[in-house]
Amino acid sequence: MAEPLVHDVLIVGGGGAGLRAAIAIAQQDAKLSVAMVSKVYPMRSHTVAAEGGAAAVIKPNDSLEDHIYDTISGSDWLADQDAVDLFVHEAPAEMIQLEHWGCPWSRDPDGSVAVRPFGGMKNERTWFAADKTGFHMLHSLFQTTLKYNNITRYDEHFATRLLVDDGRCCGCTAIELRTGQVRTVLGKSVIICTGGAGKVFPFTTNGAIKTGDGMAMAYHAGVGLKDMEFVQYHPTGLPGTGILITEASRGEGGILVNKHGDRYLRDYDLGEPLDVTDPKHPQNRTMELGPRDKLSQCFIYEMQKGNTIETRYGHTVSLDLRHLGEEKIDKKIPFVRELATNYAGVDPVHELIPVRPVLHYMMGGIDTDVEGATSIAGLFAAGECACVSLNGANRLGSNSLTELLVFGARAGKGAAQFALEHDQINIAALEAQAKDEQQRISRDYINKSGGTQRIVGIRNAMHETMETNAGIFREETSLKLACDTLSELGERFQDVALDDHTLSFNTELTAALELGYMLDVAQTLVHAALARCESRGSHQRTDYAHRDDEKFLKHSLAYFEPGSPSVPRIDYKPVTITKWPPAKRTYGADSGFKAKAEPEKTK
Amino acid sequence: MAEETTIQLDIFRYHPEKDEQPYFQSYDVPYKEDWVVLDAINWIKDNVDGSLSYRWSCRMGVCGSCGMMVNGEPKLTCAAFLKDYYPKAIRVEPLENFTVERDLVITMDDFMAKLESVKPYIVRDDVDDTSGGEYEQTPAQLAQYKQYSMCINCMLCYSACPVVGHDPEFVGPAALALGHRYNKDSRDQDTGERMEKMMEHEAVWGCTFVGECTEVCPKHVDPAGAIQQAKAAAAQYYFKKLIMPKGAGR
Repeated sequence: MAEPLVHDVLIVGGGGAGLRAAIAIAQQDAKLSVAMVSKVYPMRSHTVAAEGGAAAVIKPNDSLEDHIYDTISGSDWLADQDAVDLFVHEAPAEMIQLEHWGCPWSRDPDGSVAVRPFGGMKNERTWFAADKTGFHMLHSLFQTTLKYNNITRYDEHFATRLLVDDGRCCGCTAIELRTGQVRTVLGKSVIICTGGAGKVFPFTTNGAIKTGDGMAMAYHAGVGLKDMEFVQYHPTGLPGTGILITEASRGEGGILVNKHGDRYLRDYDLGEPLDVTDPKHPQNRTMELGPRDKLSQCFIYEMQKGNTIETRYGHTVSLDLRHLGEEKIDKKIPFVRELATNYAGVDPVHELIPVRPVLHYMMGGIDTDVEGATSIAGLFAAGECACVSLNGANRLGSNSLTELLVFGARAGKGAAQFALEHDQINIAALEAQAKDEQQRISRDYINKSGGTQRIVGIRNAMHETMETNAGIFREETSLKLACDTLSELGERFQDVALDDHTLSFNTELTAALELGYMLDVAQTLVHAALARCESRGSHQRTDYAHRDDEKFLKHSLAYFEPGSPSVPRIDYKPVTITKWPPAKRTYGADSGFKAKAEPEKTK
Repeated sequence: MAEETTIQLDIFRYHPEKDEQPYFQSYDVPYKEDWVVLDAINWIKDNVDGSLSYRWSCRMGVCGSCGMMVNGEPKLTCAAFLKDYYPKAIRVEPLENFTVERDLVITMDDFMAKLESVKPYIVRDDVDDTSGGEYEQTPAQLAQYKQYSMCINCMLCYSACPVVGHDPEFVGPAALALGHRYNKDSRDQDTGERMEKMMEHEAVWGCTFVGECTEVCPKHVDPAGAIQQAKAAAAQYYFKKLIMPKGAGR
């Protein structure tokens, strides 16, 4: 094997969280050498696709208290309140920092940063760069990293395994795609920032690269995956492609109507609609500005009532933006117009956009504390791959982009500190593990003969069972079926065959490794969902219709069991409740603000 | 049932470990009206030939990964619809003016170095100090550079640019437009290092204003316009520097 690449801190993943972490380390100590391993060039990372905006309190009509309460009630009380509290407090400075680094935030006439309303928010607090916020954040962060000499990038290096020696994580193996060589990249601490895993579902806003790599690597290393049963469906995706139509389209005043032209959300405890010409429309935390989990569930109820439109890509409702007018659409949500025109063949200035719920985000992920630290010494995680938990059972739109900054920076500082305090690593032991991994990849894929299973067959079967059995509504029989199907697929995966047995840029090899990661993630998801016998936020069980705080006000943890690789062990840990005791989650006129914070008391 | 309609894709193949010369391989792909070229390529990889290599991710025209030559024109394959070519065959090749890693995958190293060379970040002493709140920037100031900040680094402009074709040292449209983007940003206080870089022989002056870059840009960045503006700004900077050598910054 080639010589190991030795650094102080290793970051796996080059999206928003990884880049923010890299800068935090570079700022903290210019002598620390940072390695960034990413399977794509950082500016291709999926942060790029986020559209609507990023939340932080900045305007005088808003308050930290409201952001905290919106987030906790949005999470259906599963978020850890200490994490929410510090997130909300640190969010404004992080957003200002990104502004200083060049992010082209949309502005008010006086030159201050503009904000827009988003779902589940009492006050407008979403900063935005038109409707390409993630794109601008990612490029601003990436371009800013170019000024630091102590960040070494390993672009297009595909991480395959974490290297853990004597209970401490000190690196990873990664396939250098250009040559196909397995490289050993070592650090005194390691941060995983690999993003989500939306590709375990067939109909998703997620890009091809969102295959849960980091989650699966941490899981195999022994870290628990937390709250994996909670997956977010975004209510407005384009049928067929799953391309996202941002919530900002509703924040700017767009409405949802069923096949009769009715604003059906009024039937589901989300408040009363105002006419679109009313200056008070849209109302915060009401109707179209309800939270994503509830809006996606309403779609299913409407479908069951026969009120949706049948298309060749399944049922849809309509997003109506026509009353906004061409000028506002072009100024505030131009990408929506571009996407709807190109991919749905409708111009939202004149026509209704067909939409349906689409898998968008994983609330669950690698179990971390508020410093981004995991249960393995030296191993940190941040961003969508991690679960702090800020998002609980349902994430509020526009909290995730801010989360990348706040927790990316925290994990960066934590990992830098750890590296400074733990200077020695056992290079020989780590190299031996890397050698094993190189041999595994060679034996099981590159030089494997025989094998009968094509990647696409297993992937399609996984998609089918996830969509059918683990979607917006779930129940015991379907989840058990999904568990069994995924176990069978785990066995079939052992018999996978590749067409490509070469080294350079072997993207069939990486697709096979990604499929393995996705099966791991899918298994944790369905087993945790089966074990959670209640309905909370995005996890809706038709056989357990209500939230059960007595039994399930707790985080699930899925652990890898070497003896039964397709069946994780499910454990639990308590939710941190500080000042906001669990209450009924309400939207519309009664948004629960009457009964919010209680005087300070501990859990 | 009627026989399935198909469309032919002729795809450039080259593997450095096996092939002395590139060649074209033809595939018949199911024709679907709403499919893009990338969907057809994905279908081939999944069902016919797993050894075909290419880059892709978002499938919505914003990650910049999937640029290729489609019938001789640089395109994002996620935004090139089969219906615009059917029933004729579609020829798919790697982006021109780049070396090829394998099949449809081009080498990006050169661009990454050029991007870095134009200092694409805000230069300002208090850039890491957030205590004073956000820097003010009016919508009019934002409009000065916003268009040039929309570049997704997809490389279509490098593929279209005849200057890049015969002069590999030319910094090229996307990187120059991004350098100009920071020069035009009211928050930036760079005193000339970026401008010096953009004035070097092969930088802004290399552009002969053919305008192909602007033609092919999928995000309407107008790199040609940015470079023309940058030339004017560079000339002004140069004369100021002659007159007042120490105060050439803005």
